[in-house]
Amino acid sequence: MILPLRIRDLSFCVGGRAIIEPLSLEIEAGPSTIILGANGAGKSVLMRLIHGLLAPTSGTVSWNGGAPESVRRRQAMVFQRPVMLRRSALANIVYALKIAGVAAAEREAQAMQALEEVGLAPAAQRAARVLSGGEQQRLALARAWALHPEVLFLDEPTASLDPSATREIETVIRAFDASGTKIVMATHNLGQARRLGDEVIYLHQGRVVERAPVEKFLSQPATAEAAAFIKGELPWV
Amino acid sequence: MLQEIAEGLRLALTLDLRLWEIVALSLEVSLSAVVLATALGLPLGAAVAVGRFPGRHAVIVLLNALMGLPPVVVGLLVYLLLSRAGPLGELGLLFTPGAMVIAQTVLVTPIIAALCRQAVEDAWREYEEQLRSLGAQGVSAALTLVWDIRFSLLTAVLAGLGRASAEVGAVMIVGGNIDGVTRVMTTTIALETSKGDLPLALGLGIVLISIVLALNAGATLVKEAAQRRYG
Repeated sequence: MILPLRIRDLSFCVGGRAIIEPLSLEIEAGPSTIILGANGAGKSVLMRLIHGLLAPTSGTVSWNGGAPESVRRRQAMVFQRPVMLRRSALANIVYALKIAGVAAAEREAQAMQALEEVGLAPAAQRAARVLSGGEQQRLALARAWALHPEVLFLDEPTASLDPSATREIETVIRAFDASGTKIVMATHNLGQARRLGDEVIYLHQGRVVERAPVEKFLSQPATAEAAAFIKGELPWV
Repeated sequence: MLQEIAEGLRLALTLDLRLWEIVALSLEVSLSAVVLATALGLPLGAAVAVGRFPGRHAVIVLLNALMGLPPVVVGLLVYLLLSRAGPLGELGLLFTPGAMVIAQTVLVTPIIAALCRQAVEDAWREYEEQLRSLGAQGVSAALTLVWDIRFSLLTAVLAGLGRASAEVGAVMIVGGNIDGVTRVMTTTIALETSKGDLPLALGLGIVLISIVLALNAGATLVKEAAQRRYG
Protein backbone atom coordinates (compact mmCIF):
# COMPACT_ATOMS: atom_id res chain seq x y z
CA MET A 1 0.00 0.00 0.00
CA ILE A 2 1.29 3.45 -0.92
CA LEU A 3 -1.48 5.18 1.01
CA PRO A 4 -1.89 7.11 3.24
CA LEU A 5 -0.30 10.01 1.43
CA ARG A 6 1.18 12.78 3.55
CA ILE A 7 1.61 16.27 2.17
CA ARG A 8 3.63 18.67 4.30
CA ASP A 9 3.85 22.44 3.74
CA LEU A 10 3.54 21.94 0.00
CA SER A 11 3.69 25.09 -2.10
CA PHE A 12 4.16 25.97 -5.73
CA CYS A 13 5.11 29.34 -7.19
CA VAL A 14 5.60 30.49 -10.74
CA GLY A 15 7.45 33.73 -11.30
CA GLY A 16 6.97 34.80 -7.70
CA ARG A 17 3.19 34.19 -7.83
CA ALA A 18 1.91 31.50 -5.47
CA ILE A 19 -0.34 29.01 -7.28
CA ILE A 20 -0.50 26.75 -4.22
CA GLU A 21 -0.06 28.36 -0.80
CA PRO A 22 1.76 26.15 1.72
CA LEU A 23 -0.69 23.38 2.63
CA SER A 24 -0.64 20.11 4.52
CA LEU A 25 -3.01 17.25 3.83
CA GLU A 26 -3.35 13.57 4.53
CA ILE A 27 -5.14 11.40 2.00
CA GLU A 28 -6.30 8.00 3.15
CA ALA A 29 -7.19 4.86 1.24
CA GLY A 30 -10.91 4.21 0.77
CA PRO A 31 -13.36 7.05 0.27
CA SER A 32 -13.07 8.85 -3.06
CA THR A 33 -11.76 12.38 -2.77
CA ILE A 34 -13.01 15.27 -4.89
CA ILE A 35 -10.81 18.31 -5.25
CA LEU A 36 -13.37 21.00 -5.87
CA GLY A 37 -12.83 24.59 -6.82
CA ALA A 38 -13.31 27.26 -9.44
CA ASN A 39 -11.11 27.54 -12.52
CA GLY A 40 -7.70 28.79 -11.43
CA ALA A 41 -8.08 27.61 -7.85
CA GLY A 42 -5.06 25.33 -8.28
CA LYS A 43 -6.77 21.93 -8.55
CA SER A 44 -4.79 20.69 -11.52
CA VAL A 45 -1.51 21.98 -10.14
CA LEU A 46 -2.14 20.31 -6.80
CA MET A 47 -2.79 16.95 -8.48
CA ARG A 48 0.29 17.29 -10.67
CA LEU A 49 2.39 18.05 -7.58
CA ILE A 50 1.03 14.97 -5.83
CA HIS A 51 1.42 12.74 -8.91
CA GLY A 52 4.98 14.00 -9.34
CA LEU A 53 4.62 15.78 -12.69
CA LEU A 54 5.58 19.10 -11.10
CA ALA A 55 8.33 19.71 -8.57
CA PRO A 56 7.09 21.68 -5.54
CA THR A 57 8.65 25.02 -4.66
CA SER A 58 8.73 23.85 -1.07
CA GLY A 59 7.36 21.05 1.06
CA THR A 60 7.13 17.31 0.59
CA VAL A 61 4.81 14.67 -0.81
CA SER A 62 5.46 11.38 0.91
CA TRP A 63 3.79 8.14 0.08
CA ASN A 64 3.68 5.33 2.56
CA GLY A 65 7.08 3.80 1.93
CA GLY A 66 8.60 2.39 -1.23
CA ALA A 67 11.11 3.88 -3.64
CA PRO A 68 9.88 6.78 -5.82
CA GLU A 69 9.95 4.50 -8.89
CA SER A 70 7.73 1.79 -7.43
CA VAL A 71 5.39 4.42 -6.00
CA ARG A 72 4.97 5.93 -9.48
CA ARG A 73 4.02 2.53 -10.89
CA ARG A 74 1.12 2.29 -8.48
CA GLN A 75 -0.54 5.53 -9.52
CA ALA A 76 -2.16 6.54 -12.79
CA MET A 77 -3.55 9.81 -14.06
CA VAL A 78 -6.27 10.60 -16.58
CA PHE A 79 -6.10 14.10 -18.01
CA GLN A 80 -8.80 16.44 -19.21
CA ARG A 81 -7.73 15.83 -22.80
CA PRO A 82 -6.52 12.30 -23.40
CA VAL A 83 -3.19 12.02 -25.23
CA MET A 84 -3.10 8.97 -27.48
CA LEU A 85 -0.23 7.69 -29.57
CA ARG A 86 -0.75 7.28 -33.31
CA ARG A 87 -1.44 3.58 -33.13
CA SER A 88 -4.42 1.33 -32.40
CA ALA A 89 -6.46 1.56 -29.22
CA LEU A 90 -5.10 -1.83 -28.15
CA ALA A 91 -1.49 -0.83 -28.93
CA ASN A 92 -1.84 2.27 -26.76
CA ILE A 93 -2.60 0.10 -23.73
CA VAL A 94 0.07 -2.45 -24.69
CA TYR A 95 2.56 0.44 -24.75
CA ALA A 96 1.61 1.51 -21.22
CA LEU A 97 1.96 -2.08 -20.00
CA LYS A 98 5.36 -2.37 -21.63
CA ILE A 99 6.60 0.75 -19.83
CA ALA A 100 5.17 -0.63 -16.59
CA GLY A 101 7.33 -3.72 -17.06
CA VAL A 102 4.60 -6.28 -17.81
CA ALA A 103 5.96 -9.37 -19.59
CA ALA A 104 5.52 -9.24 -23.39
CA ALA A 105 3.46 -12.41 -23.52
CA GLU A 106 0.83 -11.06 -21.13
CA ARG A 107 0.42 -7.51 -22.45
CA GLU A 108 -2.12 -8.11 -25.18
CA ALA A 109 -4.50 -10.19 -23.09
CA GLN A 110 -4.40 -7.66 -20.25
CA ALA A 111 -4.93 -4.78 -22.65
CA MET A 112 -7.91 -6.53 -24.23
CA GLN A 113 -9.40 -7.15 -20.80
CA ALA A 114 -9.09 -3.45 -19.96
CA LEU A 115 -10.81 -2.50 -23.24
CA GLU A 116 -13.66 -4.87 -22.40
CA GLU A 117 -13.96 -3.24 -19.01
CA VAL A 118 -14.76 0.15 -20.61
CA GLY A 119 -16.79 -1.30 -23.48
CA LEU A 120 -14.24 -0.53 -26.17
CA ALA A 121 -13.31 -4.09 -27.17
CA PRO A 122 -14.92 -3.70 -30.64
CA ALA A 123 -12.68 -0.69 -31.29
CA ALA A 124 -9.45 -2.47 -30.28
CA GLN A 125 -7.88 -2.32 -33.72
CA ARG A 126 -9.06 1.18 -34.62
CA ALA A 127 -6.58 4.05 -34.56
CA ALA A 128 -6.80 5.68 -31.14
CA ARG A 129 -6.71 9.22 -32.48
CA VAL A 130 -9.69 8.80 -34.78
CA LEU A 131 -11.97 7.69 -31.92
CA SER A 132 -14.46 10.25 -30.61
CA GLY A 133 -13.58 12.41 -27.60
CA GLY A 134 -15.67 10.26 -25.28
CA GLU A 135 -14.19 7.04 -26.65
CA GLN A 136 -10.67 8.41 -26.28
CA GLN A 137 -11.36 9.30 -22.67
CA ARG A 138 -12.70 5.79 -22.05
CA LEU A 139 -9.55 4.47 -23.69
CA ALA A 140 -7.50 6.63 -21.33
CA LEU A 141 -9.41 5.05 -18.44
CA ALA A 142 -8.82 1.57 -19.88
CA ARG A 143 -5.11 2.38 -20.13
CA ALA A 144 -5.16 3.37 -16.46
CA TRP A 145 -7.26 0.30 -15.58
CA ALA A 146 -4.74 -2.05 -17.17
CA LEU A 147 -2.06 -0.69 -14.83
CA HIS A 148 -4.12 -1.66 -11.73
CA PRO A 149 -3.20 1.53 -9.90
CA GLU A 150 -3.71 1.90 -6.20
CA VAL A 151 -4.50 5.57 -6.73
CA LEU A 152 -6.16 7.08 -9.80
CA PHE A 153 -5.93 10.82 -10.38
CA LEU A 154 -8.54 12.35 -12.66
CA ASP A 155 -8.20 15.95 -13.83
CA GLU A 156 -11.62 17.18 -14.97
CA PRO A 157 -12.06 14.01 -17.02
CA THR A 158 -15.44 15.00 -18.47
CA ALA A 159 -14.96 18.76 -18.87
CA SER A 160 -14.92 18.61 -22.66
CA LEU A 161 -17.49 15.83 -23.12
CA ASP A 162 -21.23 15.78 -23.80
CA PRO A 163 -23.69 14.42 -21.20
CA SER A 164 -23.93 10.89 -22.58
CA ALA A 165 -20.15 10.49 -22.84
CA THR A 166 -19.92 11.96 -19.33
CA ARG A 167 -22.29 9.27 -18.03
CA GLU A 168 -20.17 6.53 -19.60
CA ILE A 169 -17.01 7.95 -18.06
CA GLU A 170 -18.65 8.23 -14.65
CA THR A 171 -19.74 4.59 -14.88
CA VAL A 172 -16.13 3.53 -15.45
CA ILE A 173 -14.91 5.73 -12.59
CA ARG A 174 -17.46 4.03 -10.29
CA ALA A 175 -16.13 0.64 -11.40
CA PHE A 176 -12.62 1.78 -10.46
CA ASP A 177 -13.93 2.88 -7.08
CA ALA A 178 -15.72 -0.45 -6.56
CA SER A 179 -12.55 -2.37 -7.42
CA GLY A 180 -10.76 -0.69 -4.53
CA THR A 181 -8.76 1.96 -6.39
CA LYS A 182 -8.53 5.22 -4.52
CA ILE A 183 -10.11 7.99 -6.64
CA VAL A 184 -8.74 11.53 -6.45
CA MET A 185 -10.63 13.71 -8.90
CA ALA A 186 -10.51 17.41 -9.66
CA THR A 187 -13.73 18.96 -10.87
CA HIS A 188 -15.72 22.16 -10.70
CA ASN A 189 -18.95 20.31 -11.34
CA LEU A 190 -21.01 20.02 -8.16
CA GLY A 191 -23.31 17.34 -9.60
CA GLN A 192 -20.35 15.19 -10.49
CA ALA A 193 -18.84 15.73 -7.04
CA ARG A 194 -22.07 14.48 -5.49
CA ARG A 195 -22.38 11.50 -7.85
CA LEU A 196 -18.80 10.26 -7.50
CA GLY A 197 -17.37 11.71 -4.31
CA ASP A 198 -17.30 10.67 -0.69
CA GLU A 199 -15.38 13.66 0.58
CA VAL A 200 -14.59 17.10 -0.79
CA ILE A 201 -11.43 19.14 -0.50
CA TYR A 202 -12.44 22.65 -1.45
CA LEU A 203 -9.64 24.73 -2.93
CA HIS A 204 -9.82 28.51 -3.21
CA GLN A 205 -6.98 30.63 -4.57
CA GLY A 206 -4.41 27.95 -3.85
CA ARG A 207 -5.55 27.26 -0.30
CA VAL A 208 -7.55 24.38 1.18
CA VAL A 209 -10.50 26.26 2.58
CA GLU A 210 -12.65 23.34 3.62
CA ARG A 211 -12.62 19.56 3.80
CA ALA A 212 -15.83 17.70 4.52
CA PRO A 213 -17.99 14.72 3.52
CA VAL A 214 -19.64 15.57 0.23
CA GLU A 215 -23.26 15.74 1.44
CA LYS A 216 -22.35 17.90 4.39
CA PHE A 217 -20.20 20.14 2.19
CA LEU A 218 -23.00 20.70 -0.29
CA SER A 219 -25.81 21.20 2.24
CA GLN A 220 -23.98 23.02 5.03
CA PRO A 221 -20.72 24.55 3.82
CA ALA A 222 -18.71 25.80 6.75
CA THR A 223 -16.97 28.67 5.03
CA ALA A 224 -18.23 31.73 3.19
CA GLU A 225 -16.08 30.95 0.12
CA ALA A 226 -17.50 27.44 -0.23
CA ALA A 227 -21.04 28.68 0.35
CA ALA A 228 -20.57 31.32 -2.33
CA PHE A 229 -19.13 28.77 -4.77
CA ILE A 230 -22.06 26.45 -4.19
CA LYS A 231 -24.53 29.25 -4.71
CA GLY A 232 -22.90 29.83 -8.03
CA GLU A 233 -21.60 33.20 -7.11
CA LEU A 234 -18.19 34.46 -8.10
CA PRO A 235 -16.35 35.16 -4.85
CA TRP A 236 -13.05 35.82 -6.63
CA VAL A 237 -14.32 38.86 -8.53
CA MET B 1 13.88 28.97 -78.10
CA LEU B 2 10.91 26.62 -78.56
CA GLN B 3 13.17 24.33 -80.52
CA GLU B 4 15.63 24.25 -77.65
CA ILE B 5 12.91 23.43 -75.13
CA ALA B 6 11.69 20.63 -77.38
CA GLU B 7 15.21 19.25 -77.69
CA GLY B 8 15.58 19.49 -73.90
CA LEU B 9 12.35 17.53 -73.43
CA ARG B 10 13.53 14.95 -75.96
CA LEU B 11 16.78 14.47 -74.04
CA ALA B 12 14.91 14.15 -70.76
CA LEU B 13 12.37 11.68 -72.10
CA THR B 14 14.58 9.53 -74.31
CA LEU B 15 16.90 8.58 -71.46
CA ASP B 16 19.88 10.19 -73.11
CA LEU B 17 22.82 8.35 -71.56
CA ARG B 18 24.97 11.41 -70.87
CA LEU B 19 22.03 13.16 -69.22
CA TRP B 20 21.02 10.21 -67.07
CA GLU B 21 24.54 9.61 -65.81
CA ILE B 22 24.48 13.16 -64.51
CA VAL B 23 21.04 12.67 -62.96
CA ALA B 24 22.14 9.43 -61.31
CA LEU B 25 25.23 11.04 -59.76
CA SER B 26 23.15 13.98 -58.51
CA LEU B 27 20.71 11.67 -56.80
CA GLU B 28 23.48 9.52 -55.38
CA VAL B 29 25.27 12.52 -53.86
CA SER B 30 22.19 14.31 -52.53
CA LEU B 31 20.49 11.18 -51.17
CA SER B 32 23.69 10.09 -49.40
CA ALA B 33 24.05 13.56 -47.91
CA VAL B 34 20.43 13.54 -46.73
CA VAL B 35 20.78 10.08 -45.16
CA LEU B 36 23.88 11.26 -43.28
CA ALA B 37 22.30 14.60 -42.36
CA THR B 38 19.18 12.82 -41.06
CA ALA B 39 21.31 10.44 -38.99
CA LEU B 40 23.03 13.46 -37.45
CA GLY B 41 20.30 16.10 -37.48
CA LEU B 42 17.30 14.08 -36.25
CA PRO B 43 18.84 12.95 -32.94
CA LEU B 44 20.38 16.39 -32.50
CA GLY B 45 17.07 18.14 -33.09
CA ALA B 46 15.20 15.72 -30.82
CA ALA B 47 17.79 16.11 -28.05
CA VAL B 48 17.61 19.91 -28.19
CA ALA B 49 13.79 19.74 -28.24
CA VAL B 50 13.45 17.47 -25.21
CA GLY B 51 16.63 18.26 -23.27
CA ARG B 52 17.04 21.07 -20.75
CA PHE B 53 20.62 22.31 -20.51
CA PRO B 54 22.43 25.63 -20.19
CA GLY B 55 22.93 27.34 -23.53
CA ARG B 56 19.91 25.62 -25.07
CA HIS B 57 18.49 28.85 -26.43
CA ALA B 58 21.82 29.73 -28.01
CA VAL B 59 21.89 26.32 -29.71
CA ILE B 60 18.37 26.87 -31.09
CA VAL B 61 19.29 30.30 -32.43
CA LEU B 62 22.45 28.87 -33.97
CA LEU B 63 20.58 25.98 -35.62
CA ASN B 64 17.98 28.32 -37.06
CA ALA B 65 20.67 30.67 -38.33
CA LEU B 66 22.62 27.82 -39.91
CA MET B 67 19.55 26.89 -41.96
CA GLY B 68 20.45 29.82 -44.14
CA LEU B 69 24.10 28.92 -44.68
CA PRO B 70 25.22 30.08 -48.15
CA PRO B 71 26.24 26.98 -50.14
CA VAL B 72 29.35 28.67 -51.56
CA VAL B 73 30.62 29.41 -48.06
CA VAL B 74 30.05 25.79 -47.01
CA GLY B 75 31.84 24.76 -50.19
CA LEU B 76 34.76 27.01 -49.38
CA LEU B 77 35.06 25.71 -45.80
CA VAL B 78 34.91 22.07 -46.88
CA TYR B 79 37.38 22.89 -49.67
CA LEU B 80 39.82 24.27 -47.10
CA LEU B 81 39.36 21.18 -44.92
CA LEU B 82 39.91 18.74 -47.77
CA SER B 83 42.58 20.58 -49.78
CA ARG B 84 46.05 19.05 -49.87
CA ALA B 85 47.32 21.36 -47.10
CA GLY B 86 44.12 21.15 -45.06
CA PRO B 87 43.57 19.06 -41.91
CA LEU B 88 41.78 16.32 -43.86
CA GLY B 89 43.91 16.66 -47.00
CA GLU B 90 45.46 13.22 -46.60
CA LEU B 91 42.12 11.57 -47.33
CA GLY B 92 42.42 12.73 -50.94
CA LEU B 93 38.70 13.46 -51.16
CA LEU B 94 38.80 16.81 -52.91
CA PHE B 95 37.17 16.75 -56.38
CA THR B 96 35.43 13.41 -55.68
CA PRO B 97 31.73 12.66 -55.11
CA GLY B 98 32.72 11.98 -51.49
CA ALA B 99 33.68 15.62 -51.02
CA MET B 100 30.34 16.67 -52.49
CA VAL B 101 28.49 14.42 -50.05
CA ILE B 102 30.41 15.98 -47.15
CA ALA B 103 29.66 19.53 -48.29
CA GLN B 104 25.94 18.85 -48.75
CA THR B 105 25.78 17.04 -45.41
CA VAL B 106 27.20 20.14 -43.71
CA LEU B 107 24.69 22.27 -45.58
CA VAL B 108 21.63 20.14 -44.85
CA THR B 109 22.21 18.88 -41.27
CA PRO B 110 21.22 22.22 -39.66
CA ILE B 111 18.06 22.35 -41.78
CA ILE B 112 16.94 18.88 -40.72
CA ALA B 113 18.01 19.46 -37.11
CA ALA B 114 16.19 22.79 -36.82
CA LEU B 115 12.97 21.54 -38.44
CA CYS B 116 13.00 18.32 -36.37
CA ARG B 117 13.64 20.34 -33.23
CA GLN B 118 10.51 22.39 -33.89
CA ALA B 119 8.34 19.36 -34.70
CA VAL B 120 9.55 17.30 -31.74
CA GLU B 121 9.21 20.23 -29.34
CA ASP B 122 5.60 20.87 -30.40
CA ALA B 123 4.78 17.19 -29.96
CA TRP B 124 6.61 17.02 -26.63
CA ARG B 125 4.44 19.84 -25.28
CA GLU B 126 1.41 17.69 -26.05
CA TYR B 127 2.77 14.30 -24.90
CA GLU B 128 5.11 15.14 -22.02
CA GLU B 129 2.76 14.83 -19.06
CA GLN B 130 1.10 11.68 -20.38
CA LEU B 131 4.41 9.95 -21.11
CA ARG B 132 5.89 10.95 -17.77
CA SER B 133 2.74 9.81 -15.99
CA LEU B 134 3.10 6.40 -17.66
CA GLY B 135 6.72 6.30 -16.54
CA ALA B 136 8.43 6.78 -19.92
CA GLN B 137 11.46 8.99 -19.67
CA GLY B 138 14.70 10.02 -21.31
CA VAL B 139 15.71 8.26 -24.49
CA SER B 140 12.76 5.86 -24.39
CA ALA B 141 10.27 8.76 -24.26
CA ALA B 142 12.13 10.60 -27.04
CA LEU B 143 12.07 7.51 -29.27
CA THR B 144 8.35 7.03 -28.68
CA LEU B 145 7.78 10.65 -29.62
CA VAL B 146 9.93 10.59 -32.76
CA TRP B 147 8.26 7.39 -33.95
CA ASP B 148 4.82 8.82 -33.32
CA ILE B 149 5.45 11.93 -35.43
CA ARG B 150 7.53 10.18 -38.08
CA PHE B 151 5.30 11.38 -40.90
CA SER B 152 5.73 15.02 -39.87
CA LEU B 153 9.48 14.52 -39.70
CA LEU B 154 9.36 13.38 -43.32
CA THR B 155 8.72 17.01 -44.23
CA ALA B 156 11.96 18.05 -42.54
CA VAL B 157 13.94 15.38 -44.37
CA LEU B 158 12.34 16.40 -47.65
CA ALA B 159 13.21 20.05 -47.09
CA GLY B 160 16.80 18.90 -46.66
CA LEU B 161 16.68 16.88 -49.85
CA GLY B 162 15.25 19.85 -51.75
CA ARG B 163 18.05 22.05 -50.52
CA ALA B 164 20.73 19.47 -51.34
CA SER B 165 19.55 18.68 -54.85
CA ALA B 166 19.01 22.33 -55.77
CA GLU B 167 22.26 23.89 -54.54
CA VAL B 168 25.11 24.51 -56.94
CA GLY B 169 27.75 26.49 -55.06
CA ALA B 170 29.04 23.86 -52.65
CA VAL B 171 29.29 20.95 -55.08
CA MET B 172 30.86 23.21 -57.70
CA ILE B 173 33.70 24.22 -55.37
CA VAL B 174 34.49 20.86 -53.74
CA GLY B 175 33.59 18.68 -56.74
CA GLY B 176 35.19 20.77 -59.44
CA ASN B 177 32.49 19.93 -62.01
CA ILE B 178 34.70 17.30 -63.68
CA ASP B 179 33.00 15.67 -66.67
CA GLY B 180 31.97 12.10 -65.89
CA VAL B 181 33.27 12.27 -62.32
CA THR B 182 31.72 15.08 -60.32
CA ARG B 183 29.34 16.72 -62.75
CA VAL B 184 25.81 16.91 -61.33
CA MET B 185 22.58 18.44 -62.58
CA THR B 186 22.99 21.92 -61.13
CA THR B 187 26.66 22.35 -62.07
CA THR B 188 25.96 21.07 -65.58
CA ILE B 189 23.09 23.49 -66.02
CA ALA B 190 25.37 26.36 -64.96
CA LEU B 191 28.16 25.22 -67.28
CA GLU B 192 26.07 24.37 -70.35
CA THR B 193 24.14 27.60 -70.09
CA SER B 194 27.35 29.61 -70.09
CA LYS B 195 28.58 27.52 -73.05
CA GLY B 196 25.33 28.08 -74.89
CA ASP B 197 24.21 24.40 -74.98
CA LEU B 198 20.71 25.23 -73.88
CA PRO B 199 18.96 21.91 -74.75
CA LEU B 200 21.04 19.88 -72.28
CA ALA B 201 20.66 22.58 -69.62
CA LEU B 202 16.92 22.70 -70.20
CA GLY B 203 16.61 18.91 -70.22
CA LEU B 204 18.36 18.71 -66.86
CA GLY B 205 16.25 21.55 -65.53
CA ILE B 206 13.10 19.66 -66.50
CA VAL B 207 14.37 16.49 -64.80
CA LEU B 208 15.40 18.40 -61.67
CA ILE B 209 12.02 20.07 -61.30
CA SER B 210 10.19 16.80 -61.99
CA ILE B 211 12.17 14.99 -59.30
CA VAL B 212 11.48 17.71 -56.73
CA LEU B 213 7.78 17.76 -57.65
CA ALA B 214 7.48 13.97 -57.50
CA LEU B 215 9.18 13.80 -54.09
CA ASN B 216 6.91 16.44 -52.63
CA ALA B 217 3.79 14.92 -54.13
CA GLY B 218 4.83 11.52 -52.76
CA ALA B 219 5.46 12.92 -49.31
CA THR B 220 2.11 14.71 -49.29
CA LEU B 221 0.33 11.48 -50.24
CA VAL B 222 2.15 9.55 -47.52
CA LYS B 223 1.33 12.19 -44.92
CA GLU B 224 -2.32 12.31 -45.91
CA ALA B 225 -2.64 8.53 -45.87
CA ALA B 226 -1.01 8.47 -42.42
CA GLN B 227 -3.32 11.23 -41.21
CA ARG B 228 -6.37 9.24 -42.31
CA ARG B 229 -5.05 6.03 -40.83
CA TYR B 230 -3.57 7.18 -37.52
CA GLY B 231 -5.22 10.57 -36.92
